[in-house]
Amino acid sequence: MSEPSTVSRARKLEIDPVTRVEGHGKVTIRLDEAGKVQEARFHVVEFRGFERFIQGKLYWEVPVIVQRLCGICPVSHHLAAAKAMDAIAGVDAVTPTADKLRRLMHYGQLLQSNALHIFHLASPDLLFGFGAPAEKRNIVSVLETFPEIGKWAIFIRKYGQEVIKATGGKKIHPTSAVPGGVTQNLCVESRDALRRDIEQILSWCLLALDKLKQIVAEREAEHKDFAYFESNYLSLVGANGVMDLYDGTLRAIDSAGGVIFDGVEPCLYREQLIEEVRPWSFMKFPHIRSLGRDQGWYRVGPLAQLNCAASIDTPIAEAERRLFMNIGAGRPVHATLAYHYARLICLVHSAEKIQQLLFDDDLQGDDLILSGQRRGSGVSCIEAPRGTLIHHYEVDERDQVTRANLIVSTTSNNEALNRAVASVATTYLSGQEITEGLLNHIEVAIRAYDPCLSCATHALGQMPLIVTLEDAAGEVVDRKVKQ
Amino acid sequence: MNGQEFFFTVDGRQVRAEPGQTIIAACDAAGIYIPRLCHHPDLKPAGHCKLCSCYIDGRRASACTMPAAPGMVVISDNEELNNDRRVVLNMLFVEGNHICATCEKSGDCELQALAYRLDIPSPSLPYQWQRYEIDASHPDVFIDRNTCVLCSRCIRASRDLDGKSVFGFAGRGLGMRLNIDAKAELDETTFSAIDKAAKICPVGCIVIKRTGYRTPVGLRRFDVTPIGSDIENKSGAKPK
Ligand code: SF4
Ligand code: SF4
Ligand code: FES
Repeated sequence: MSEPSTVSRARKLEIDPVTRVEGHGKVTIRLDEAGKVQEARFHVVEFRGFERFIQGKLYWEVPVIVQRLCGICPVSHHLAAAKAMDAIAGVDAVTPTADKLRRLMHYGQLLQSNALHIFHLASPDLLFGFGAPAEKRNIVSVLETFPEIGKWAIFIRKYGQEVIKATGGKKIHPTSAVPGGVTQNLCVESRDALRRDIEQILSWCLLALDKLKQIVAEREAEHKDFAYFESNYLSLVGANGVMDLYDGTLRAIDSAGGVIFDGVEPCLYREQLIEEVRPWSFMKFPHIRSLGRDQGWYRVGPLAQLNCAASIDTPIAEAERRLFMNIGAGRPVHATLAYHYARLICLVHSAEKIQQLLFDDDLQGDDLILSGQRRGSGVSCIEAPRGTLIHHYEVDERDQVTRANLIVSTTSNNEALNRAVASVATTYLSGQEITEGLLNHIEVAIRAYDPCLSCATHALGQMPLIVTLEDAAGEVVDRKVKQ
Repeated sequence: MNGQEFFFTVDGRQVRAEPGQTIIAACDAAGIYIPRLCHHPDLKPAGHCKLCSCYIDGRRASACTMPAAPGMVVISDNEELNNDRRVVLNMLFVEGNHICATCEKSGDCELQALAYRLDIPSPSLPYQWQRYEIDASHPDVFIDRNTCVLCSRCIRASRDLDGKSVFGFAGRGLGMRLNIDAKAELDETTFSAIDKAAKICPVGCIVIKRTGYRTPVGLRRFDVTPIGSDIENKSGAKPK
């Protein structure tokens, strides 16, 4: 794996997606003198502002504040911060009721967010094809053309939100995870209401997975080769490498599946990961310390979650995992579009986990919050829908946060996003023409990893893009705005 | 009642009062809620916030400081007065840095509850984004001046109920701030989490540490019943 960022200043193609979720994103593709793609840079104005913003805040406020940094996976930030603050509050293990309540909330979040990603954002590309006209590639068209899939989209997502509400009081921004535990248990009425529908939800998740497998089979080459490259992977895993999206230790594997590190407690993440800052991007470039900057970049998210896990502890998802891993024939699966396939397996796993938890009586327990000997720092790790999320805080004796460091999944996938865009541009750019096809394919590549940059608008069928093509002297030779 | 009671009218209703009783106290006893922020029944009135401002015999005055008198005619609940209350509330929101979405007092906050009661879904004036100090020095209590509405409840409670005089105001106008009777910060005072002044703040300014967010959403004070309904629901009183 080589460093893709050698700069040549012949022409510059700039793609400027306007976003309401993570701030302003922008893609710059640099061409060399011969007009070939030299490199891609994916810029996001994101979380370092938040890291400063919460300095001085009192530590118990943080789980509620940080979830506002993301509109799609607020619960992941809420829980990651609460887990880090457990450590600050001197609590190494919360009560079984608190642990399972948080897990249930987390799997509710995974269900709703993965459903949003798959159905609302990615399914138009997958169902209509990447070259389909913009007016077709949106959820409204999906609802019209495939009403059955539209139904899954709406009800699976809604169910996930109901799980969040039942465990956290609110569908979007719950406040129930506090340092040392949770503030409420799951009432019997909510539990029974959720139990009534979970079979149906699980069966729809399975139908969606079958549909995707069918699409993959029909368009095998595209799904194998689109923005393909190999990489390392990072994920949390539970004991014995079992998939655990809520808690566990860090495992990293290389492109052949060999273990780079394993069993790393989240609090020791800095021994294994370095966050490099590059002057042209607000986003950090994390990489694996032992492999260095050029070789050590890695991918996170559903594909990494599956590649890193030795098994899954829910039966249907485990059977599907085995089928999925066959694609790699003993090696990890590397295709960019395999992210969606992996995401659907995680969706099924989340539904199965919710089903298991709803039949666990610990959820009605009354032992909710513990306290212990205050500490000065806390680190936590969780597998958010888009991948590994690390929260690290330092708190002074006055209870105020003095330092915060967040490594979010988009940041970890930074290099991969650059590579995916570069790969697509290499294939689909011809001459100095910024074509609709090129834009579509770049959207598809970004969306495989992360919908956040375009979700709010793509849901209506549009991803605003400002595309600027500059010549060697920096003059604009072409500019397109896609509404 | 000691036999000297008299009657006056509030929004057309007969209200019984005793000599020396303020209009707001008599209305509270009669089940009529007049919006207020700086008033607290355990404290001497101060007349700071002007939310309780009513027409009293045709002239504007604060119901929390004005004693009731026989035959007095009070108008509290009309559109003009409620609009002025909305303006005052709006100004309080934007002069402070009130971010209810993440505030631990949300649902238990009198300012927020008044906004809901008076149908203010969000502030309509531009935020001032002033800089305010946080004092987290005390082991059990913190002060986040971002949300202080300068009601002086803490000042009166500390002075009159706790006998300590921990707090005061400094500065004037937009520069007015809650001050502490110490060279530096709260931990240098005799302030304690069991003081009355530690629990009397209507907003999220003086708050007990490590208790935030402990009450689930939906069960907080004003999630359950709107502000003023405790008064309006008193037996014998007719709700609005
Ligand atoms: S003090 Fe009240 S009004 Fe101010 S932010 Fe907190 S909840 Fe909102
Ligand atoms: S700190 Fe609270 S009680 Fe004291 S003046 Fe400010 S708002 Fe009123
Ligand atoms: S309540 Fe009367 S002036 Fe504040």
